[in-house]
Amino acid sequence: MGISLEEVNGMYLDVLKEIGNIGAGNATSAIASMLGIRIDMNVPSVRLIEVSKLGMAVGKEDDTIVGIFLEVENDIEGSMMFLLDIPSARYLVNCLMMTNTPAEEPFGEMELSALKEIGNIIAGSYLSALASLTNLVIAPSVPYISVDMAASILSVPAIMFGQYGDNALLIQTEICAEVKINGYFILMPEQGSYETLLKSLGISQ
Amino acid sequence: MSQVIKVGMADLNICKSPDIITTIGLGSCIGLTFYDPVTKVGGMVHYMLPDSTQMRNKSNVAKFADTGIEELLKKVIAAGASKSRLVAKMAGGARMFEMSGLSDVGNIGARNAEAAKKKLQELGIRLLASDTGLNYGRTVELHCETGEFYIKAVGKPIKII
Repeated sequence: MGISLEEVNGMYLDVLKEIGNIGAGNATSAIASMLGIRIDMNVPSVRLIEVSKLGMAVGKEDDTIVGIFLEVENDIEGSMMFLLDIPSARYLVNCLMMTNTPAEEPFGEMELSALKEIGNIIAGSYLSALASLTNLVIAPSVPYISVDMAASILSVPAIMFGQYGDNALLIQTEICAEVKINGYFILMPEQGSYETLLKSLGISQ
Repeated sequence: MSQVIKVGMADLNICKSPDIITTIGLGSCIGLTFYDPVTKVGGMVHYMLPDSTQMRNKSNVAKFADTGIEELLKKVIAAGASKSRLVAKMAGGARMFEMSGLSDVGNIGARNAEAAKKKLQELGIRLLASDTGLNYGRTVELHCETGEFYIKAVGKPIKII
Protein backbone atom coordinates (compact mmCIF):
# COMPACT_ATOMS: atom_id res chain seq x y z
CA MET A 1 0.00 0.00 0.00
CA GLY A 2 1.51 3.33 -1.02
CA ILE A 3 1.54 6.40 1.13
CA SER A 4 -0.97 8.99 0.00
CA LEU A 5 -0.55 12.71 0.11
CA GLU A 6 -3.13 12.89 2.89
CA GLU A 7 -0.81 10.97 5.18
CA VAL A 8 2.15 13.15 4.46
CA ASN A 9 3.03 15.02 7.61
CA GLY A 10 4.37 18.43 8.47
CA MET A 11 7.92 17.18 8.71
CA TYR A 12 7.83 16.07 5.10
CA LEU A 13 6.65 19.53 4.10
CA ASP A 14 9.59 21.04 5.99
CA VAL A 15 11.99 18.73 4.20
CA LEU A 16 10.49 19.65 0.83
CA LYS A 17 10.81 23.30 1.73
CA GLU A 18 14.46 22.81 2.57
CA ILE A 19 15.02 20.98 -0.71
CA GLY A 20 13.27 23.89 -2.36
CA ASN A 21 15.70 26.30 -0.76
CA ILE A 22 18.72 24.28 -1.83
CA GLY A 23 17.28 23.91 -5.33
CA ALA A 24 16.62 27.62 -5.39
CA GLY A 25 20.25 28.21 -4.51
CA ASN A 26 21.36 26.08 -7.46
CA ALA A 27 18.93 27.79 -9.79
CA THR A 28 20.08 31.19 -8.65
CA SER A 29 23.61 30.70 -9.85
CA ALA A 30 22.47 29.07 -13.11
CA ILE A 31 20.06 31.88 -13.92
CA ALA A 32 22.41 34.58 -12.73
CA SER A 33 25.06 33.43 -15.18
CA MET A 34 22.53 32.99 -18.00
CA LEU A 35 20.76 36.31 -17.50
CA GLY A 36 23.69 38.30 -16.21
CA ILE A 37 21.67 39.59 -13.27
CA ARG A 38 21.95 38.98 -9.57
CA ILE A 39 18.96 37.18 -8.15
CA ASP A 40 17.93 35.64 -4.87
CA MET A 41 15.45 32.83 -4.67
CA ASN A 42 13.75 31.39 -1.68
CA VAL A 43 10.85 29.15 -0.84
CA PRO A 44 8.60 30.92 1.62
CA SER A 45 5.91 28.27 1.76
CA VAL A 46 5.09 24.68 1.00
CA ARG A 47 1.49 23.69 1.46
CA LEU A 48 -1.15 21.14 0.73
CA ILE A 49 -4.11 22.54 -1.09
CA GLU A 50 -7.46 21.05 -2.07
CA VAL A 51 -7.44 19.95 -5.69
CA SER A 52 -10.66 21.82 -6.43
CA LYS A 53 -9.08 25.06 -5.14
CA LEU A 54 -5.86 24.68 -7.10
CA GLY A 55 -7.17 26.86 -9.92
CA MET A 56 -7.28 29.82 -7.55
CA ALA A 57 -3.99 29.08 -5.78
CA VAL A 58 -1.73 31.39 -7.74
CA GLY A 59 -4.06 34.32 -8.33
CA LYS A 60 -7.31 34.86 -10.17
CA GLU A 61 -8.61 31.89 -12.16
CA ASP A 62 -8.79 33.78 -15.44
CA ASP A 63 -5.48 35.62 -15.12
CA THR A 64 -3.14 34.62 -17.91
CA ILE A 65 -0.04 32.88 -16.56
CA VAL A 66 2.89 30.89 -17.92
CA GLY A 67 3.09 27.19 -17.11
CA ILE A 68 6.15 25.06 -17.83
CA PHE A 69 5.63 21.35 -17.51
CA LEU A 70 8.21 18.57 -17.24
CA GLU A 71 7.85 14.86 -16.84
CA VAL A 72 10.12 13.16 -14.31
CA GLU A 73 11.46 9.65 -14.74
CA ASN A 74 13.72 6.97 -13.27
CA ASP A 75 13.61 6.38 -9.48
CA ILE A 76 10.74 8.78 -9.11
CA GLU A 77 7.97 8.82 -11.71
CA GLY A 78 5.77 11.83 -12.07
CA SER A 79 5.86 15.34 -13.32
CA MET A 80 6.44 18.86 -12.18
CA MET A 81 5.21 22.26 -13.15
CA PHE A 82 6.68 25.69 -12.79
CA LEU A 83 4.34 28.68 -12.92
CA LEU A 84 5.11 32.34 -13.43
CA ASP A 85 2.87 35.37 -13.63
CA ILE A 86 3.12 37.38 -16.85
CA PRO A 87 5.11 40.38 -15.53
CA SER A 88 7.67 38.00 -13.98
CA ALA A 89 7.92 35.92 -17.15
CA ARG A 90 8.26 39.03 -19.29
CA TYR A 91 10.95 40.40 -17.00
CA LEU A 92 13.02 37.21 -17.21
CA VAL A 93 12.64 37.04 -20.99
CA ASN A 94 13.64 40.66 -21.36
CA CYS A 95 16.75 40.02 -19.25
CA LEU A 96 17.66 36.94 -21.26
CA MET A 97 17.06 38.44 -24.69
CA MET A 98 18.21 41.92 -23.77
CA THR A 99 14.93 43.43 -24.93
CA ASN A 100 12.59 45.90 -23.34
CA THR A 101 9.20 44.60 -24.44
CA PRO A 102 6.20 45.63 -22.28
CA ALA A 103 4.35 42.94 -20.30
CA GLU A 104 1.14 43.32 -22.37
CA GLU A 105 2.87 42.16 -25.55
CA PRO A 106 2.20 38.45 -26.29
CA PHE A 107 5.23 36.12 -26.33
CA GLY A 108 6.74 35.21 -29.70
CA GLU A 109 8.22 31.83 -30.64
CA MET A 110 11.74 32.78 -29.59
CA GLU A 111 10.51 34.18 -26.31
CA LEU A 112 8.52 31.07 -25.55
CA SER A 113 11.55 28.91 -26.08
CA ALA A 114 13.58 31.26 -23.85
CA LEU A 115 10.93 30.80 -21.16
CA LYS A 116 11.08 27.03 -21.58
CA GLU A 117 14.79 27.22 -21.00
CA ILE A 118 14.36 29.34 -17.88
CA GLY A 119 11.75 26.91 -16.58
CA ASN A 120 14.03 24.03 -17.42
CA ILE A 121 16.90 25.51 -15.42
CA ILE A 122 14.78 26.35 -12.42
CA ALA A 123 13.00 23.00 -12.38
CA GLY A 124 16.24 21.15 -13.10
CA SER A 125 17.95 22.86 -10.18
CA TYR A 126 15.16 21.83 -7.86
CA LEU A 127 15.28 18.26 -9.09
CA SER A 128 19.05 17.99 -8.79
CA ALA A 129 18.82 19.22 -5.19
CA LEU A 130 16.21 16.56 -4.57
CA ALA A 131 18.31 13.92 -6.32
CA SER A 132 21.49 14.68 -4.40
CA LEU A 133 19.71 14.73 -1.04
CA THR A 134 17.93 11.45 -1.66
CA ASN A 135 20.55 9.66 -3.76
CA LEU A 136 17.83 8.92 -6.25
CA VAL A 137 18.16 9.23 -9.99
CA ILE A 138 15.62 11.79 -11.15
CA ALA A 139 15.66 12.79 -14.79
CA PRO A 140 13.44 15.51 -16.23
CA SER A 141 12.01 15.41 -19.77
CA VAL A 142 12.13 18.28 -22.21
CA PRO A 143 9.91 21.14 -21.02
CA TYR A 144 6.48 21.93 -22.45
CA ILE A 145 4.97 25.39 -22.19
CA SER A 146 1.51 26.93 -22.11
CA VAL A 147 0.44 30.56 -21.74
CA ASP A 148 -3.21 30.55 -20.78
CA MET A 149 -5.75 31.06 -17.99
CA ALA A 150 -4.45 30.01 -14.56
CA ALA A 151 -7.35 27.65 -13.96
CA SER A 152 -6.83 25.93 -17.33
CA ILE A 153 -3.12 25.37 -16.78
CA LEU A 154 -3.71 24.24 -13.22
CA SER A 155 -6.33 21.75 -14.35
CA VAL A 156 -3.41 19.55 -15.44
CA PRO A 157 -1.87 19.10 -11.97
CA ALA A 158 -5.38 19.11 -10.43
CA ILE A 159 -6.29 16.10 -12.58
CA MET A 160 -3.01 14.35 -11.77
CA PHE A 161 -3.50 14.75 -8.03
CA GLY A 162 -7.22 14.18 -8.39
CA GLN A 163 -6.60 10.63 -9.54
CA TYR A 164 -5.19 9.73 -6.14
CA GLY A 165 -6.83 12.03 -3.65
CA ASP A 166 -8.16 15.46 -2.93
CA ASN A 167 -4.97 17.39 -2.18
CA ALA A 168 -2.11 18.81 -4.18
CA LEU A 169 1.31 19.99 -3.08
CA LEU A 170 2.24 23.58 -3.89
CA ILE A 171 5.71 25.03 -3.38
CA GLN A 172 5.83 28.79 -3.60
CA THR A 173 9.04 30.39 -4.83
CA GLU A 174 10.15 33.95 -4.58
CA ILE A 175 12.81 35.20 -6.90
CA CYS A 176 14.16 38.60 -6.02
CA ALA A 177 15.96 40.51 -8.69
CA GLU A 178 15.41 44.18 -9.45
CA VAL A 179 11.73 43.31 -9.38
CA LYS A 180 10.07 40.64 -7.30
CA ILE A 181 9.30 37.53 -9.28
CA ASN A 182 6.52 35.20 -8.26
CA GLY A 183 6.80 31.57 -9.16
CA TYR A 184 5.29 28.31 -8.01
CA PHE A 185 6.40 24.73 -8.26
CA ILE A 186 4.00 21.88 -8.25
CA LEU A 187 5.53 18.50 -7.71
CA MET A 188 3.43 15.55 -8.83
CA PRO A 189 4.91 12.17 -8.00
CA GLU A 190 2.98 9.15 -9.23
CA GLN A 191 1.38 6.94 -6.62
CA GLY A 192 4.17 4.90 -5.06
CA SER A 193 6.84 7.50 -5.64
CA TYR A 194 5.94 9.26 -2.39
CA GLU A 195 7.06 6.25 -0.48
CA THR A 196 10.35 6.11 -2.41
CA LEU A 197 10.85 9.79 -1.72
CA LEU A 198 10.04 9.58 1.99
CA LYS A 199 12.20 6.48 2.50
CA SER A 200 15.14 8.11 0.79
CA LEU A 201 14.72 11.15 2.99
CA GLY A 202 14.76 8.91 6.06
CA ILE A 203 11.27 9.93 7.11
CA SER A 204 9.50 6.67 6.51
CA GLN A 205 10.72 3.12 7.15
CA MET B 1 -31.39 41.49 -13.23
CA SER B 2 -29.82 38.16 -13.91
CA GLN B 3 -27.43 36.56 -11.50
CA VAL B 4 -24.25 34.71 -12.36
CA ILE B 5 -23.82 31.36 -10.63
CA LYS B 6 -20.26 30.11 -10.47
CA VAL B 7 -19.33 26.45 -10.70
CA GLY B 8 -15.86 25.51 -9.43
CA MET B 9 -13.64 22.61 -10.37
CA ALA B 10 -15.23 19.27 -9.43
CA ASP B 11 -18.47 21.08 -8.75
CA LEU B 12 -22.01 21.29 -10.15
CA ASN B 13 -25.06 23.49 -9.81
CA ILE B 14 -28.42 24.33 -11.37
CA CYS B 15 -29.66 27.55 -12.88
CA LYS B 16 -33.00 29.07 -13.92
CA SER B 17 -33.84 31.85 -16.36
CA PRO B 18 -32.84 34.70 -16.39
CA ASP B 19 -29.68 33.60 -14.59
CA ILE B 20 -26.34 32.58 -16.07
CA ILE B 21 -24.21 29.68 -14.90
CA THR B 22 -20.48 29.75 -15.56
CA THR B 23 -17.21 28.00 -14.94
CA ILE B 24 -13.85 29.71 -15.42
CA GLY B 25 -10.78 28.36 -17.14
CA LEU B 26 -11.62 24.84 -18.23
CA GLY B 27 -8.41 23.10 -19.25
CA SER B 28 -8.52 19.33 -19.63
CA CYS B 29 -11.67 19.25 -17.53
CA ILE B 30 -15.12 19.32 -19.13
CA GLY B 31 -17.93 21.78 -18.50
CA LEU B 32 -21.17 20.04 -19.46
CA THR B 33 -24.59 21.65 -19.33
CA PHE B 34 -28.16 20.39 -19.43
CA TYR B 35 -30.94 22.68 -20.56
CA ASP B 36 -34.69 22.39 -20.83
CA PRO B 37 -35.83 25.02 -23.37
CA VAL B 38 -39.44 24.99 -22.13
CA THR B 39 -38.99 25.53 -18.39
CA LYS B 40 -35.65 27.29 -19.05
CA VAL B 41 -34.02 25.29 -16.30
CA GLY B 42 -30.40 24.31 -16.77
CA GLY B 43 -27.34 23.16 -14.91
CA MET B 44 -23.63 22.66 -15.26
CA VAL B 45 -21.07 20.15 -14.04
CA HIS B 46 -17.30 20.78 -14.17
CA TYR B 47 -15.71 17.36 -13.86
CA MET B 48 -12.04 16.37 -13.94
CA LEU B 49 -11.85 12.65 -14.64
CA PRO B 50 -13.66 10.26 -16.99
CA ASP B 51 -14.44 7.31 -14.75
CA SER B 52 -15.22 6.92 -11.05
CA THR B 53 -15.21 3.12 -11.13
CA GLN B 54 -11.41 3.00 -11.15
CA MET B 55 -11.12 5.19 -8.07
CA ARG B 56 -10.85 4.39 -4.39
CA ASN B 57 -11.99 7.78 -3.20
CA LYS B 58 -15.16 8.92 -4.94
CA SER B 59 -16.77 11.01 -2.23
CA ASN B 60 -17.11 13.99 -4.58
CA VAL B 61 -19.44 12.85 -7.37
CA ALA B 62 -18.82 16.04 -9.39
CA LYS B 63 -15.20 15.03 -9.92
CA PHE B 64 -16.09 12.28 -12.42
CA ALA B 65 -17.95 12.21 -15.72
CA ASP B 66 -20.17 9.23 -14.95
CA THR B 67 -21.29 10.19 -11.44
CA GLY B 68 -21.22 13.94 -12.10
CA ILE B 69 -23.51 13.79 -15.13
CA GLU B 70 -25.95 11.52 -13.28
CA GLU B 71 -26.04 13.85 -10.31
CA LEU B 72 -26.57 16.89 -12.56
CA LEU B 73 -29.47 15.11 -14.25
CA LYS B 74 -31.12 14.45 -10.87
CA LYS B 75 -30.66 18.06 -9.83
CA VAL B 76 -32.09 19.66 -12.99
CA ILE B 77 -35.09 17.33 -12.92
CA ALA B 78 -35.69 18.19 -9.28
CA ALA B 79 -35.52 21.87 -10.30
CA GLY B 80 -38.28 21.44 -12.87
CA ALA B 81 -36.62 20.25 -16.07
CA SER B 82 -38.12 17.39 -18.06
CA LYS B 83 -35.72 14.64 -19.04
CA SER B 84 -37.32 14.16 -22.45
CA ARG B 85 -36.72 17.81 -23.36
CA LEU B 86 -33.18 18.04 -22.03
CA VAL B 87 -30.34 18.86 -24.36
CA ALA B 88 -26.64 18.84 -23.51
CA LYS B 89 -23.74 21.04 -24.54
CA MET B 90 -20.13 20.80 -23.50
CA ALA B 91 -16.69 22.34 -23.85
CA GLY B 92 -13.17 21.79 -22.52
CA GLY B 93 -11.12 18.63 -22.71
CA ALA B 94 -8.07 20.46 -24.02
CA ARG B 95 -4.55 19.10 -24.18
CA MET B 96 -2.82 21.96 -22.38
CA PHE B 97 0.73 20.68 -22.88
CA GLU B 98 2.15 18.79 -25.82
CA MET B 99 3.26 15.88 -23.68
CA SER B 100 4.54 12.60 -24.98
CA GLY B 101 1.72 10.14 -25.44
CA LEU B 102 3.15 7.88 -22.74
CA SER B 103 1.06 9.01 -19.82
CA ASP B 104 -2.69 8.62 -19.45
CA VAL B 105 -2.75 12.22 -18.39
CA GLY B 106 -1.52 13.33 -21.83
CA ASN B 107 -4.85 12.50 -23.41
CA ILE B 108 -7.08 12.93 -20.38
CA GLY B 109 -8.95 15.77 -22.11
CA ALA B 110 -9.99 13.55 -25.00
CA ARG B 111 -10.94 10.76 -22.62
CA ASN B 112 -13.05 13.21 -20.60
CA ALA B 113 -14.95 14.24 -23.74
CA GLU B 114 -15.46 10.60 -24.78
CA ALA B 115 -16.81 9.77 -21.33
CA ALA B 116 -19.50 12.44 -21.66
CA LYS B 117 -20.65 11.13 -25.04
CA LYS B 118 -20.87 7.62 -23.67
CA LYS B 119 -22.81 8.68 -20.59
CA LEU B 120 -25.23 10.87 -22.60
CA GLN B 121 -25.93 8.03 -24.97
CA GLU B 122 -26.62 5.74 -22.04
CA LEU B 123 -29.03 8.30 -20.57
CA GLY B 124 -30.63 9.01 -23.95
CA ILE B 125 -29.88 12.74 -23.86
CA ARG B 126 -28.92 14.52 -27.06
CA LEU B 127 -25.57 16.32 -27.27
CA LEU B 128 -26.63 19.42 -29.18
CA ALA B 129 -23.20 21.03 -29.56
CA SER B 130 -19.69 20.77 -28.25
CA ASP B 131 -16.32 22.48 -28.48
CA THR B 132 -13.62 20.22 -27.09
CA GLY B 133 -9.96 19.35 -27.59
CA LEU B 134 -7.19 21.56 -29.02
CA ASN B 135 -4.67 23.19 -26.72
CA TYR B 136 -6.26 26.15 -24.98
CA GLY B 137 -8.33 26.95 -21.91
CA ARG B 138 -12.00 27.95 -22.07
CA THR B 139 -14.36 29.90 -19.85
CA VAL B 140 -17.96 28.88 -20.49
CA GLU B 141 -21.40 30.31 -19.69
CA LEU B 142 -24.88 28.88 -20.10
CA HIS B 143 -27.51 31.61 -20.47
CA CYS B 144 -30.72 30.07 -19.15
CA GLU B 145 -32.88 32.70 -20.81
CA THR B 146 -31.87 31.50 -24.28
CA GLY B 147 -29.96 28.24 -23.82
CA GLU B 148 -26.96 29.80 -25.51
CA PHE B 149 -23.58 28.48 -24.48
CA TYR B 150 -20.76 31.04 -24.59
CA ILE B 151 -17.11 30.05 -24.89
CA LYS B 152 -14.34 32.53 -24.13
CA ALA B 153 -10.64 31.86 -24.64
CA VAL B 154 -7.50 33.99 -24.34
CA GLY B 155 -6.87 35.90 -27.57
CA LYS B 156 -9.87 34.42 -29.38
CA PRO B 157 -13.28 35.83 -30.28
CA ILE B 158 -16.27 34.72 -28.19
CA LYS B 159 -17.94 31.65 -29.61
CA ILE B 160 -21.60 30.77 -29.09
CA ILE B 161 -22.78 27.20 -29.57
